Amino acid sequence: MSIQVKFFASLREEIGISETKVDTATTAGDVWDLTTNNAERPLNVLVAVNLEYAQYDSQVNDGDEVAFFPPVTGG
Amino acid sequence: MSTHILAYPFDPFHSITEHQQQSALDKKFGATASFIGSMRDFNDDADVSGMVLEHYPEMTQNYLDKLEQQARQKWGLLDVLIIHRVGKINPANPIVLIACWSAHRRAALDACSWLIEELKHNAPFWKKETHHDGERWVEKNTDGF
Repeated sequence: MSIQVKFFASLREEIGISETKVDTATTAGDVWDLTTNNAERPLNVLVAVNLEYAQYDSQVNDGDEVAFFPPVTGG
Repeated sequence: MSTHILAYPFDPFHSITEHQQQSALDKKFGATASFIGSMRDFNDDADVSGMVLEHYPEMTQNYLDKLEQQARQKWGLLDVLIIHRVGKINPANPIVLIACWSAHRRAALDACSWLIEELKHNAPFWKKETHHDGERWVEKNTDGF
């Protein structure tokens, strides 16, 4: 199993990771725990699975891409 | 699709004209509504001398394409153009352009307003501002009203 993980913007700087992979996870929350050494899950962090908004409890599968990022500020 | 994410400056007025000339609009459009968002040189009462716009490339493109399709279907638009900058931006530079073409004004106006609000609330872009004492991430967009 291989899941691609990405962090963006201020969250990338705080965690110090841009991209990484995890070998085993059931939910996006598992991915967060594994890649952040079980850091507290911030309430305002947004989660995406395969380029679509998701939740910490969203299921993940082999080959998925999971991303975490702060509130968006475009436009 | 007429959504573009650009890493270089653009002239939104030229983009509207060029798109309208090249589009298959024929002579059926009676209304063009547009929104242009530009960079202010202040935010939260602080002077801002520059900005870097980061994005999540694949998700951003997907999201903007989806917005365009939703707006076309909901308002029966004849055409839509969305352009958004990324990278280094200076004060007064355009950041975003949304233009909608329709037969009558209400559809174009309503779709344009809906598109910019959806984009600002959900499209994965992030602004990092440069101030006289350093850089800081913008934590949230202003209400804008």
